[in-house]
Amino acid sequence: MADFSDFKATFFQECKELLENMEAGLMAMDGGEDVSSHIDAIFRAVHSVKGGAGAFGFNKLVEFAHVFETVLDQVRQGALDPGADVLQILLQAGDVLNDLVTMAESNAAVPDGYGQEVRAKLHELELRGQGGGDGDAPMEEFDDLDFMPVAATDLPDAGGEEPAPEAFDGIEFQPVPADATGLPSATGYRVSFAPRPELFRRSNEPLLLFRELRRLGTLTVACDVSALPDLNVLLADGAYLRWTLDLVSDCPIDQVREVFEFVEDDCDLKVEPLAADPGPMPAPPAPPVEARPIPATAPAPAARAVAAAAPVAEPVPAAAPSPAAESAKVPPKDSGEAQRKDEAAGGITIRVDLDRVDRVVDMVGELVIMQAMLRQAMGDLPRDGKYGALSRGLEQLFQISRELQESVMAIRAQPVRSVFQRMPRLVRELSNQTGKKARLVMQGEATEVDKTVTERLADPLTHMIRNALDHGIETPEERIAAGKPEEGVVHISAEHKGGRIIIQLTDDGRGINRERVRQKAIEKGLIAADAVLTDEETDALIFAPGFSTASTISNISGRGVGMDVVKRNVQDLGGRVTIRSTPGKGSTISLTLPLTLAVMDGMIVSSGAETFIVPISNIVECLRPKNGNVQQAGDGGDVLLLRGEVVPIQRLSQVFEIANARDTLADCVIVVVEVEGGSKLGIVVDELLGQQQVVVKSIEENYGTIPGIGAATIMGNGQVALILDVDAVGSAGRPANGRHIH
Amino acid sequence: MSKRILTVDDSKTIRDMLNFTLSGAGFSVAQAEDGVDGLRVLAATPDVEVIITDINMPNMDGFTFIEHVRKDPLHKSTPILVLTTESGADKKARARQSGATGWIVKPFDPNKLLDVIRKVLP
Repeated sequence: MADFSDFKATFFQECKELLENMEAGLMAMDGGEDVSSHIDAIFRAVHSVKGGAGAFGFNKLVEFAHVFETVLDQVRQGALDPGADVLQILLQAGDVLNDLVTMAESNAAVPDGYGQEVRAKLHELELRGQGGGDGDAPMEEFDDLDFMPVAATDLPDAGGEEPAPEAFDGIEFQPVPADATGLPSATGYRVSFAPRPELFRRSNEPLLLFRELRRLGTLTVACDVSALPDLNVLLADGAYLRWTLDLVSDCPIDQVREVFEFVEDDCDLKVEPLAADPGPMPAPPAPPVEARPIPATAPAPAARAVAAAAPVAEPVPAAAPSPAAESAKVPPKDSGEAQRKDEAAGGITIRVDLDRVDRVVDMVGELVIMQAMLRQAMGDLPRDGKYGALSRGLEQLFQISRELQESVMAIRAQPVRSVFQRMPRLVRELSNQTGKKARLVMQGEATEVDKTVTERLADPLTHMIRNALDHGIETPEERIAAGKPEEGVVHISAEHKGGRIIIQLTDDGRGINRERVRQKAIEKGLIAADAVLTDEETDALIFAPGFSTASTISNISGRGVGMDVVKRNVQDLGGRVTIRSTPGKGSTISLTLPLTLAVMDGMIVSSGAETFIVPISNIVECLRPKNGNVQQAGDGGDVLLLRGEVVPIQRLSQVFEIANARDTLADCVIVVVEVEGGSKLGIVVDELLGQQQVVVKSIEENYGTIPGIGAATIMGNGQVALILDVDAVGSAGRPANGRHIH
Repeated sequence: MSKRILTVDDSKTIRDMLNFTLSGAGFSVAQAEDGVDGLRVLAATPDVEVIITDINMPNMDGFTFIEHVRKDPLHKSTPILVLTTESGADKKARARQSGATGWIVKPFDPNKLLDVIRKVLP
């Protein structure tokens, strides 16, 4: 039979969700939330990871998950009190489990001794839980090192019988002179079997047990019906029969016991080797696998007893007419009840391929464009009389397509939790590395934003947290000296505001040292030595490319990249970054991001007969050049003097070789945009036509790469308009080098 | 008519593996994600002949699920197998107490799984 490797992808996908649930639960407990409302889910998550991992033979993962789960179970049972120290260990265990899953997924070998330390701590907890437990629900004893996945049926009894030799169906067993039990196994066994009513209540069935036994050899069945009462006092679910079964087989005794594995506690069972003289039994032992019919030489009354007794012994529904009749009424009642519970449980979810959702997003984009076109066409027609109905219909269509667009975007939306969840671990690790104490407080994790945005948030957030821990939060000593609590707090929040999502990271550290930032900026040539900067401008310097205030580059945030990467990432997402800092009190970095990348706010501009869209997120300001504020620069290009700043300008008509664009600068409009690295660029266009939400269409997919163009959209009039990639426009001309001069 | 088996497990991996094994052996498989779902599916497909259920599940765990199933006259003698990652005595005791017929230890070997089903399937 095929193996299960096809299901690995599902498993790892599932693991991801399980681990997120686990982490969220642990964090909630760490944050002081009620243990009982989270521990079940945490336990289940770890348990499921273990269950799946076993199926694929990830033994190290299974071993670790098992130890972890054991401790979680103790917490669940109340045997172990989840104090702060316990939670710390559980959180660390969560990290190790996460790593082991990642290693399993990438087929990486687990380094020797990996997670050993955490495991030892878990073990201590386990012992503590056993010692201080209330004694109920004893844990199963496992030697952790030996814990291996065990397949379905070849388990020894839990009661502590001697381990069963490997038993395989379909393989001929060589008669062993003396097996582990020391008993001769060549002849067979006599099984005395007397079921109790419980056996039937659990739907076990003697007939099926005999059928299994018969697979092991030649079986002779004798039924004792002496306890069978008269019919009028016979209970349908009573147990009145006993059997004596003689099995001629050379299989090991454990294989016989195994047949009764499920019922051994619900019956009186005795299995003993057949006496040397098997009496009327057929002499030659049957092959163990091939089941033979019960020999004709079997005592006739016994055979009849089986045939007659079996139906009596079984609580067959058909034999009990009243329940059968009732059953017709039962399912509807049950389904109603189940449904109510379902609703209480919070609805049903389905998994859908992302491609399918994206196709719907595309179609809705088309619909929005089509609707805008219809609106435009309608614009010339009178709104009353014979066009009244059409006009009203269009208005409704507009409403519907808007709602449809929002609904579709909601499908792609994902809580930022998935990104936020990775941060607590980062804070823990960084605290360990730096010797600083910090706690992460998260807020608004349920805030939803487009999946693409969520995915691309991880990098900037990681970097911001590294930065906060490395540069913001002080060492415990410094904090105490400054009259602050020893433990620093990093606060991360997300919220919706005016169609955008705002993500804020606040630390209560030392704040930005503006003097040092300024020194550094001068050293790096980012500003002139005598530049006059406001506090905000100084703070913003930390986002300048290549800027790093740490005098020695640490291995935490100094990786040759600075906060400029954060800014870059966020701008790529059509967002903005701002920083607010109070010396001695801490800093707040705010990211403002669009909710989706499929729709964007754009400024519509014209140059000659062409229409372009400039992403609003890039635009700093728009202005009409006045006399004297545009000058010739040394290299022949024009520059704009903007409140003491020199901003290079670029004519759109030159970049794209557009004919009939306005020549005189005074007739034009300059759109000042912020480009890569925070420098500014003035883009000269003929006119601003308006501002509009546009549906972003990839041009690379449909046509090819055009330098200076990021994407395209379709306007209401059906015309394709190109969306500018302002960075590329900037670099199409001279290098952008806006600097302050004074 | 192929015999129908209901599998109840909150893990998609396990559900998929059970489905693969059981369908491959000619059974028709109904799936549910937890006890609540299991009762709903069972009500909708009463011709289930064997139930395989996990224990640790959200909303309604396996023990409670089995107790509910056993109260249904239609399924009071339907064999129920419990999926468990433990072979611990108390887990088995609880499974038995709630009315399970037998148990399957996860991870399961496909052939062994079918063996166990054969053991309880009339």
